[in-house]
Amino acid sequence: MDLQTTTYIVVGLSFALYIGIAIWARAGSTSEFYVAGGGVHPITNGMATAADWMSAASFISMAGLISNMGYGGGLFLMGWTGGYVLLAMLLAPYLRKFGKFTVPQFIGDRFYSQSARTVAVICLLIASITYIIGQMTGVGVAFSRFLGVSSATGIYVGMAIVFAYAVFGGMKGITYTQVAQYIVLIIAYTVPAVFISLQLTGNPLPQLGLGSDMAGTSVPLLAKLDSVVQELGFDKYTTAVPGSKLNMFLYTLSLMIGTAGLPHVIMRFFTVPSVKDARASAGWALVFIALLYTVAPAVAAMAKMNLIRTINPGIVMQNADPYGPDAAIKYDERPDWMKRWEATGLLKFEDKNGDGRIQYYNDKTKNADVKAKAEAAGWKGNELNVNADIMVMANPEIALLPNWVIALVAAGGLAAALSTAAGLLMAISSAVSHDLIKGVFKPDISEKGELMAGKVSMAVAIVVAGWLGLNPPGFAAGTVALAFGIAASSLFPAIMMGIFSKKMNKEGAMAGMLSGLFVTLFYVFAHKGLFFIKGTEYTGLIGGPNSFFGVTPEAFGAVGAAVNFIVAYLVDKVTKEPPEHIQHMVESVRVPRGSSIITGAH
Amino acid sequence: MSSDSQSHAYWRATLGLLAQVLVIWFLVSFGAGIMFAGPLDSIKLGGYPLGFWFAHQGSIYVFIALIFYYAYKMGQIDRRFDVHEE
Repeated sequence: MDLQTTTYIVVGLSFALYIGIAIWARAGSTSEFYVAGGGVHPITNGMATAADWMSAASFISMAGLISNMGYGGGLFLMGWTGGYVLLAMLLAPYLRKFGKFTVPQFIGDRFYSQSARTVAVICLLIASITYIIGQMTGVGVAFSRFLGVSSATGIYVGMAIVFAYAVFGGMKGITYTQVAQYIVLIIAYTVPAVFISLQLTGNPLPQLGLGSDMAGTSVPLLAKLDSVVQELGFDKYTTAVPGSKLNMFLYTLSLMIGTAGLPHVIMRFFTVPSVKDARASAGWALVFIALLYTVAPAVAAMAKMNLIRTINPGIVMQNADPYGPDAAIKYDERPDWMKRWEATGLLKFEDKNGDGRIQYYNDKTKNADVKAKAEAAGWKGNELNVNADIMVMANPEIALLPNWVIALVAAGGLAAALSTAAGLLMAISSAVSHDLIKGVFKPDISEKGELMAGKVSMAVAIVVAGWLGLNPPGFAAGTVALAFGIAASSLFPAIMMGIFSKKMNKEGAMAGMLSGLFVTLFYVFAHKGLFFIKGTEYTGLIGGPNSFFGVTPEAFGAVGAAVNFIVAYLVDKVTKEPPEHIQHMVESVRVPRGSSIITGAH
Repeated sequence: MSSDSQSHAYWRATLGLLAQVLVIWFLVSFGAGIMFAGPLDSIKLGGYPLGFWFAHQGSIYVFIALIFYYAYKMGQIDRRFDVHEE
């Protein structure tokens, strides 16, 4: 069977599964719609959280990014997992005890202020909508590359699938499809990794393979990779840090705080039956996330090794001189997978020195030795451009794995994008129907009316997300940084202070959220343009790019969070204490006893 | 919660556990994985330089252990102060 047919069958089967679950899990009450009835087992919720969390970026792009960055790429690995420790200890159990449907509702009640709730809704909407653009384009990209249809068709199909289970099933439908999607995506990610680890090191576990010797030698894989990349002028893989260590530190911290503050992740913990379950469930979520996140660095290093082995076989296998006359492969003899990916534009070759061979090295190296050797060999610059996303998507082909594995990767990428999109849509629609419609505009709405409002906002959100996916604004690439920055600088500190400080009042919380948000947006916009409009960058105004101690805008969320905490503290000191009943409410949120299944009653 | 002092003691115990967990959380990731990764790299864990291992593997394993340890210890604290869920 050819690759295209196999892919259609595997992806089709996975979609049939999601639709089957959609028909089975329809939501009949607001409790089922917002929190899946509140009775989800902690392990089930852990699995759903993992799928909710791991996006198209985690699945498709992360390993490629790490592959290019080397050691420094660890900031994604630590940042996107370490946040769960914060979530498990600082937020999830207490918000579960609080027992309401949404994150803005907690902020509004705790800070006895509709304005605080509205600010929280705005932060939630910006963070979730920017995040969802990436998921929708991810769906389109996966479709167009694997199934040979246009990106637009892919997005329409993706919208229809999400519509089927999110609109009718709400959180209930989303929870059980996410469990199925987790299983699909984790198999799709690990199977090729196991084969590749076996081929390279003889060890089937990628986590151990990365620390093993190259098959048939006594040289550790990482040591070999270090020497190979250095010979080609790249930084040593196991120590390379793009930017400074301070930036890596703050970037990691920003991702951690941002992860813990993202509403679509937090709200998954409203679906478990008790406070105790919320704590355990965060642990299970991280177990399921770690299955992918500990494999990713192995995929990153091994894909890099395989890529270099393909282009310059001798250097990896026989310690040959990479600059020898016959070292690099001839372009005409390149493997089929390269031809396939060249067609997508993700892989580009340009024969700069006209020798018909592919030269892959770092032509911007500062290593004089490498420069001299390259020049002596008649190389005129790097000739191969490899998009980072290929590292995962072409991995099975590079390692010459069978067609069904390649098809599985397609289904996995789609599962990752769809599950995250659904979680974000849930966060958006519940903020609109519960916080805005019921909370602010029409408090006397009936349960049936609110359920209908929830479904309608979900449908509208899907259409908006699809439209943004079809017409991605030019800033799409920079937006994930923004989502994390906003979650880190506004939502996380507000929720945390709401729990850990009895005396924090509404003035302090509001001033903190707004100033954290403002500082972060100011710094991000300085680099990326006002509201991401090209040409409106104002780095000059802040003293050049990365002027704050060399910190990149992606890493700025932690600084924004610090500003939030400080401003909130100062304003709180000079304004009056929160009312007595609020302080009692905080005390009751802190103890587990008296928790009940979340029904949304006011 | 029987009295104010009881509830204070419960919260102190919670914060104590929190501090413990956060110290380890910080040491493995920001400490071993970032600040001291260089010196630690001279120690090898199989084929892994140790600092690199903490940044790409070890931190994640420790994070998982920390959450389950926290959940288990909190369960004990809840029962000690008789505030656990029925």
